Amino acid sequence: MSPVTAAARQPRQAPAGSGGFPRLLPPGGQGADLRAHLGLHGPVPYRDTAGALIGEVRAAGLTGRGGAAFPVHRKLEAVAAARPGRAIVVGNAAEGEPASHKDEALLFLAPHLILDGLQLASEAVGAGRAVLYVRGDLRARTRLDDYLPERDAYGLDRLPVEIVWSPHRFLAGEESALASRVSGGPAVPQFTPPRVFERGVDGRPTLVQNVETLAHLALIARYGPGWFRALGTPDEPGSMLCTLRQASGSVDVAEAAIGTPLATLLDLSAAAAVLVGGYHGAWLPAAQAAGLTLSNAQLRPVGAFTGAGVLAALPTSRCGLIESARVARYLALESAGQCGPCLNGLPSIAAAMAELAGNRPHPRVLDDLSRWAGLVEGRGACHHPDGTVRFLRSALRVFGPEIRLHQHGRCSAATARPFLPVPAGPSTEADWS
Amino acid sequence: MPTKLSVNPIACSGHGMCAELAPELISLDEWGYPLISGQPVPPGLVRDAKRAVTDCPALALRLTPMPDRAGAEKTR
Amino acid sequence: MSGITSTTALWYASRATGVVSLILLSAVMVIGMLVNRQGRLPGLPRFAVLGLHRNLSLLAVAFVAVHVLTAVTDSFVSISLAAIVIPFISSYEPLWLGLGAVSLDLMVAVIVTSLLRRHIGRRVWRAVHWLAYASWPVAVVHSIYSSHDMQSGPLLYLGLVCIAAVLGALGWRLIRARAGLPRADRVPQLMADRGLLARAGDR
Repeated sequence: MSPVTAAARQPRQAPAGSGGFPRLLPPGGQGADLRAHLGLHGPVPYRDTAGALIGEVRAAGLTGRGGAAFPVHRKLEAVAAARPGRAIVVGNAAEGEPASHKDEALLFLAPHLILDGLQLASEAVGAGRAVLYVRGDLRARTRLDDYLPERDAYGLDRLPVEIVWSPHRFLAGEESALASRVSGGPAVPQFTPPRVFERGVDGRPTLVQNVETLAHLALIARYGPGWFRALGTPDEPGSMLCTLRQASGSVDVAEAAIGTPLATLLDLSAAAAVLVGGYHGAWLPAAQAAGLTLSNAQLRPVGAFTGAGVLAALPTSRCGLIESARVARYLALESAGQCGPCLNGLPSIAAAMAELAGNRPHPRVLDDLSRWAGLVEGRGACHHPDGTVRFLRSALRVFGPEIRLHQHGRCSAATARPFLPVPAGPSTEADWS
Repeated sequence: MPTKLSVNPIACSGHGMCAELAPELISLDEWGYPLISGQPVPPGLVRDAKRAVTDCPALALRLTPMPDRAGAEKTR
Repeated sequence: MSGITSTTALWYASRATGVVSLILLSAVMVIGMLVNRQGRLPGLPRFAVLGLHRNLSLLAVAFVAVHVLTAVTDSFVSISLAAIVIPFISSYEPLWLGLGAVSLDLMVAVIVTSLLRRHIGRRVWRAVHWLAYASWPVAVVHSIYSSHDMQSGPLLYLGLVCIAAVLGALGWRLIRARAGLPRADRVPQLMADRGLLARAGDR
């Protein structure tokens, strides 16, 4: 069963204080029905003054839910500085991360919250154009083409919303790649500066926000910063969507208050390690993860971060090196191939990881990995090499004992079945185009 | 005013001209791409740096004033 | 008599510097293609290849300048100063001379933008620099038909050598470009090289 329908049938309620939970994922999955949505939340609460919402967003302490956790009010302020009508707002539902399904779930279950948030953000920055950037393969599964005329019939939207379909690639949601694609070019990262909030789509100041962030915005605008802060921690308020991959293999999208213990979200009893944040995130030993909460305050000191809310518990029956090598191969294939160090370094790293995950790897492999990691970090136009190195280093750290096993010709894997989802991708060069 | 060298990695195609012209500032990695320290360019080497910038066949190098604080936060 | 002799001397100077200009410009084209494809000349570091490209082009400018100025000051044929840059307005061989003016205009654009390349940005500079591929063949046609010098004898062979050199270099450049992959294919190529991706046709 897809994690999207799982969430619809049985929305998880992570323990939380007051504040009406769940917030984003509607009980009974009715959020796609516009009348039900209006009944629950009312119409879009425009402020009728550009910039008025920004102060409330600042008070709420909303940070981006796309992975970088950047304070939303600062992005809004930066883009709002543009001439009225000049800015462009893009809701980002590219969800290039294979292990994440939260944006897909939200598009399926609460699209009107996203679309409300898009309108409110557009008003806040005085935008002249609103775009929803959605992964192309979701076109058949979501009914966005129906929702927009429905909203028009109720007169909800002040700016018409264009939908731009993105390719199903890891970097398609990177903000400069997004701006390039929406401008009509390829979805590959561009050299910055200037950043997209200064010059983005068609050279105009562009606000890029993950669709989950927009959904939170739509709720803050109705219920206020205090309501938003009723969940979460003082430094990291609110709730976030997580994609939970249990050691049993079941996948679930859940909404959790920030600060929720990881052990509450994942069953760690049969887990060897936990991948936190996604394929640019970091592995943690299961025992360590069991003592941590879903918050950057606790995760950053150990080299991880909440990211886009991916939490995957690696079962003890799997080999972390084999899983990491498969991910490394995927990440290398997903390089845009524009920058020499990434283009050359990531395939080298992937090959070395493949050898490390094999039988009796040559001792030189670890030195090579260390050297290449140092050579690619920070030398690309985007953060793809940096994220890959973070993932890689955490794998080498956490799976140290496994490395020693492999050097002696053994392996912990009890089965050859892959665990982490890696898109099949091209298997030959001819498949590439 | 201190200046630093930086490269546009998308424009760079690994000609290696820069490393020949400013060897004290730029070296090449094992794939032929420039390794630049990011430290301020010493005054005596500014001329070499400017020449590397002008002569790069891909115009991928830049010499810019050093920012006051560490580079702006990047989002993904 | 001396007036006619000095006139003839200027006319000869113009034709001679014209020939040298063509040789220099052909060399500039060949070396320019080398720089672009990261080719090397034996024993020379890369910056020397680039330096040769630039210095030869500036030398060519000097020779072209003498070539056009002697043609103008010489009173044997009537070529106005304006006809150097405005094509097809001279009374002497308006078409073939006009092509010379076209080639000159393009060449000036390439040279000026290259002198200012630090200030005009990558895209503009590259776009204008491509005009060299138009300037050279136009100069060749101008050379062959403006006077009869290059239509027979040693100068004919010289002209053919220049043309062969540039066309040969162009062929080399195109082959190298096609062997170099478009960006979209580079990643799979490297992955296949490392055994992480089956090559099409592997069994």
